[in-house]
Amino acid sequence: MADRHIYPDSPELRARWGNFAWTEANAAKAKEIVARYPEGRQRSASMPLLDLAQRQVGAETNTQGWLPIPVMEYVANYLDMPIIRVVEVATFYTMYNLVPVGKFHVQVCGTTPCMLRGSDDLISVCKAKKMPTGGVSEDGLWTFTEVECMGNCSSAPMVQINDDNYEDLTAERFEGILDALARGESPKTGTQEPGRHTVEPVGALSSLTAMVNENHDYRGEW
Amino acid sequence: MALQDKDRIFTNLYGYQPWNLAAARARGDWDNTKALMERGRDAIIQEIKDSGLRGRGGAGFPTGMKWSFMPKESKDGRPSFLVINADESEPGSCKDREIIRHDPHKLIEGALVAGFAMGARAAYIYIRGEYIREAETLFAAVAEAYDAGLVGKNASGSGYDFDVFVHRGAGAYICGEETAMIESIEGKKGQPRLKPPFPAGAGLYGCPTTVNNVESIAVAPTILRRGAGWFASFGRENNKGTKLFQISGHVNKPCVVEEEMSIPFSELIEKHCGGIRGGKDNLLAVIPGGSSVPLVPADQIWDAPMDFDGLRAVGSGLGTAAVIVMDKSTDIVRAISRLSYFYKHESCGQCTPCREGTGWMWRVMERLRKGDADVQEIDMLWNVTKQVEGHTICALGDAAAWPIQGLIRHFRPEIERRIAEKGGALREAAE
Repeated sequence: MADRHIYPDSPELRARWGNFAWTEANAAKAKEIVARYPEGRQRSASMPLLDLAQRQVGAETNTQGWLPIPVMEYVANYLDMPIIRVVEVATFYTMYNLVPVGKFHVQVCGTTPCMLRGSDDLISVCKAKKMPTGGVSEDGLWTFTEVECMGNCSSAPMVQINDDNYEDLTAERFEGILDALARGESPKTGTQEPGRHTVEPVGALSSLTAMVNENHDYRGEW
Repeated sequence: MALQDKDRIFTNLYGYQPWNLAAARARGDWDNTKALMERGRDAIIQEIKDSGLRGRGGAGFPTGMKWSFMPKESKDGRPSFLVINADESEPGSCKDREIIRHDPHKLIEGALVAGFAMGARAAYIYIRGEYIREAETLFAAVAEAYDAGLVGKNASGSGYDFDVFVHRGAGAYICGEETAMIESIEGKKGQPRLKPPFPAGAGLYGCPTTVNNVESIAVAPTILRRGAGWFASFGRENNKGTKLFQISGHVNKPCVVEEEMSIPFSELIEKHCGGIRGGKDNLLAVIPGGSSVPLVPADQIWDAPMDFDGLRAVGSGLGTAAVIVMDKSTDIVRAISRLSYFYKHESCGQCTPCREGTGWMWRVMERLRKGDADVQEIDMLWNVTKQVEGHTICALGDAAAWPIQGLIRHFRPEIERRIAEKGGALREAAE
């Protein structure tokens, strides 16, 4: 099990987050989310609403966002369910940040398929840049987490930074991306291998060549 | 004969073309889906049974048979649900992601056809939380399908009402287990349920539920259009059809590719992946079906047919067809130990043998990696894996045990060598 602990409750935390409420846009979004589930089953919405709340906290703090206790309470009240049931969910699933994170949450996949393709080098880059695990760098930009398989194994090694994936990395390519982010730029997402589109074999295609230049309909050949 | 492009189901696998409805229709999706449904529920299920399609999520259970377990009609007013497992988290697996971001309409059309065949009123597609951009695509594709009247009330003009919802996970491997997934959709911690009752009797919200993998559902419309005989013409007996293989690790060109089932490992690697890095002789071992299956040494895997039975014959399994290739530069003990860490991290904590055992196994693996152990601890570790295996509610305990068993079975001399080396160094230091 992952080691996860919630951020301690305090009067300061209450002062900062006690008045948390959906923004107008998120209030509409929350309503739409609850409607995805059958009547009386609104508890199902706890996961998407925690994500929405985390994103709202992120927008307010210019970070990826996290879940202070008063925010979890707000979600619990919104769904009319016991707070502990929401806390349970928030602590069980690793994508809910239980402590503040930086503007960029750098999640390096370290599981075997990425390890075989050089994720050690990527982790070294993060360490050299003094990105803290479970904390925020002094400039407020970085939080580093080594995560488990992210499902990009055929374009490994990969890193997820907030909502975007960067694949086919080397230490140099990774450093370039981090520097670009720090400068406020938006580096290209997806594979970083020159000439590669997504997960096809690099270089000459071994299948589906007709699809490259046109939306080929194979039905005529059936 | 090798699989031809015209027989590939996922023609936009690499995303060179748009995923949207107009482009998907031009490729043949949503082509008179109403006519497929008019064949009737029993005929659809029979066609899937005849095609020999086995579940693509790892266990390989016959898909048509699974659908037939659902109640024909509701006797007590409870609706039925289809849950589609897009919680792709098995290390090595990266196929459902390509379906969702490049061909989502195949999945949504499959959801309608499969949902109709089993009498479900709605499908919930459970997509892993880390697939953030992929989920955005899926939400947009579902919205397109609603706007075009393909799903929703009177779906595709069939007279059948069918909803499709997307539920995002939030980072828990265990939610790929079907009952944990159901718990998670209900808004709880993803801890697997005891079976029975099986989901087909009491699943999501206590209603009859079938949980299917993305790939199993997404291939269904094409099977119905081209016929069971077409699908069954690929692969060996009991291992029919085409399959998305995902090759990672030490090959020259890692990729995802749709191939015929039962293709020999060597052909898969030579044809699509540019061969093993450093040549055939540099191959050490392969994990052929995602992290949960035991590794297979080079000499046994080279000619093995990549299918359920072929890999079982070499003491492993097809799993999700996530092929992790390791060449001779690999620290094989570390590679497996890293998987042990993965299972320790992902154990949900419900059953003691798994919660305690995964941590225990990882710690011993780390000592074996460094050679900082006694030779008899190899047997002790083997025994512990046997005590975890089969003694937990779900298969995560088994999945944590098998890679270690595979390592000990095939690479015991390597582990002993490390222990001897370290022990020798210690003795010299003491003298």
